[in-house]
Amino acid sequence: MSSSAIEVYGLGKEYVLGERVSFPTLRDALSRRRHRGRRDRIWALRDANFEIARGEAVGVIGHNGAGKTTLLKILSRITPPTEGEVRVTGHVGSLLEVGTGFHPELTGRDNVYLNGAILGMPRREIKRKFDEIVAFAEVERFIDTPVKRYSSGMYVRLAFAVAAHLEPDILIVDEVLAVGDASFQRKCLGKMDEVRTGGRTVLFVSHNMGAIRTLTPRAIWLDHGQIAEDGPTAQVVQAYLESTTHTDSPVVDLDDEALRRTVGKWMARRVRWESIALLGPRDEPVASMPQNMPLRFEVTFGVREPVRFLELYLRVKTPDGLWVFTSFSGQFEEALERGRYTTRCTFDDHRLAPGQYVVELVARGADPEDIVPSAMRFEVAPAVVEENLRYSGSWTGVVRVESEWAPLESIESQTREPLVG
Amino acid sequence: MSVEAQQQPQQTLVIRPPGRFGGLGLRDLWRFRELVAFMTWRDVKVRYKQTVLGALWALLQPFMTMVVFTFVFNHFGKIKADVPYPLFSLAGLALWYYFANAVNLVSQSLVANAAVITKVYLPRLTVAISPLLAGLVDFLLALVIVGGTMAYYGFSPPAQVVLVPVFVLLALLTALGIGLALAALNVRYRDVRYAVPFALQIWLYASPIAYPSSYVHGTYRTLYSLNPMTGVVEGFRWALLGSGHFQAGSFAISLGAALVLVLVGLVYFSRTERVFADVV
Repeated sequence: MSSSAIEVYGLGKEYVLGERVSFPTLRDALSRRRHRGRRDRIWALRDANFEIARGEAVGVIGHNGAGKTTLLKILSRITPPTEGEVRVTGHVGSLLEVGTGFHPELTGRDNVYLNGAILGMPRREIKRKFDEIVAFAEVERFIDTPVKRYSSGMYVRLAFAVAAHLEPDILIVDEVLAVGDASFQRKCLGKMDEVRTGGRTVLFVSHNMGAIRTLTPRAIWLDHGQIAEDGPTAQVVQAYLESTTHTDSPVVDLDDEALRRTVGKWMARRVRWESIALLGPRDEPVASMPQNMPLRFEVTFGVREPVRFLELYLRVKTPDGLWVFTSFSGQFEEALERGRYTTRCTFDDHRLAPGQYVVELVARGADPEDIVPSAMRFEVAPAVVEENLRYSGSWTGVVRVESEWAPLESIESQTREPLVG
Repeated sequence: MSVEAQQQPQQTLVIRPPGRFGGLGLRDLWRFRELVAFMTWRDVKVRYKQTVLGALWALLQPFMTMVVFTFVFNHFGKIKADVPYPLFSLAGLALWYYFANAVNLVSQSLVANAAVITKVYLPRLTVAISPLLAGLVDFLLALVIVGGTMAYYGFSPPAQVVLVPVFVLLALLTALGIGLALAALNVRYRDVRYAVPFALQIWLYASPIAYPSSYVHGTYRTLYSLNPMTGVVEGFRWALLGSGHFQAGSFAISLGAALVLVLVGLVYFSRTERVFADVV
């Protein structure tokens, strides 16, 4: 018997684009000939080779769409590979999401059993750990209430608690720590650490470099479906973070109607957005900037009929729709003739915490002209020098604000009066 | 570490691209039998949550349809049976509703459980089979009202009543075979969602529910007996009420059809199963 828990040889997964997102109907199938050959194919993962020893903890990092989730889905048998082979020795528990199979109408108690069963826990084991799970989730009082009445925090805590008490030989975890409030996240990290030191094999995908650094001594960096680097975490994370400053992100072409889906048809008659790019230090388009660097956006728009005046807004939002700030161009002095125009908008000291953000663009003349609700996504990456968790990702919220704490002073001797009287 | 895992020798699982012929996944299904039980239990428990009438719905459906049928077919249409018509149609409807609901729920099962099957590995057969078993609870409730109606007419069940489970099992297998094929098709083509209720409605009238099969004559007769539900429903009524005769021919057709359907359903289901998570 080999000492490896997971062996991966030449693993690849090809997706046919479009098939995953659309809801095809029989009519499409009947008229298939027309579309054949036009379908694009993409390798979400290709030529992956690695081995994970029993008891080893490995982090998987990379941009969105780099193939991390695809890898985990193959390893946990949710989707089959297109080529290559995987050998897995031991019972696999995979956590690609918390609360898989939770039913809103069922009580917390019922859901613990159901979710446990879905994750592969035998009934006896769930029964044995039930009290522990409920205590971990801190929902004792509500355990017989349907989970649809739970707050989202309670829901997530209960879901994670079930998952955290899973005891497989190999644990596969995808970014589930991005849920709950900070204190619960710490608790989850603590639990993960417990799992790791308990001698189990762990494969952990995260965007949280701090968590990866703490939990896994080894990391695999996936880039465009290929393994870019595999080695000691510190080294791999460093290389990954450095690379994020000059990703070859193309300029976003805003001519896509899908981007204006929610916006009325009467718009965009005279002025229409054409493209947007986030510029790196040498004016090259990038997808990601370290947090200590200025954000510079270059936008291009077309004017089809002369307009007397025009104002532009550039709004930065979180992916879940929270507006962080808006930059307002003010009225451009001159009337604009037909043609194409470009301008830049710079945020020198933006204070955005590391994470993903979305840009919304608005052009306004006498009437609203054009709105692109999510013109582009960009990432603020942790500064390369950063070595602690203080400012990383969801730990601190959306903005980072410098603060100072005074040294502790003892108040023991001065205030001896009882606090309650 | 859990005790069980230490005792079992650790097996190496090989994950490869799917070949042309995979197994039917029945062994995996057996390993996950506890999960099937859980899913069934969930479906039963959730079914009538937040309804006022609750499980009464399982009784109302066949009963009200029986009332309508009695007016339309017996009263106006002058259709007669060898047992009181309300009892005749109610018995048929009880089994039919089980069958129709089962086909419908099984065909929706993969799409309805998409959130689960794209996030965790489990034999996909588990989610397809649980509505079939959960529906049996409704069916048993419906049988209670059939029993009540029998008592009302002073009917005592004949000796062959012990064969009732055989015909219920046949209905279950037929529903499973058709449901599995439709569920797999539904993953790719959402047309299934609209076609199934419609097709079932037509099927109801192509089966001997509202009238005895003796009303069908001539050239249609052969075609009619190819409908697997003909033998199942007639046989069920024969076993429960002693209505009609046991017809070995149509029983054989129903049995054969059920077995073929289950096999075809299983093969098609397991062959398309691998892409479910990518397509659903």
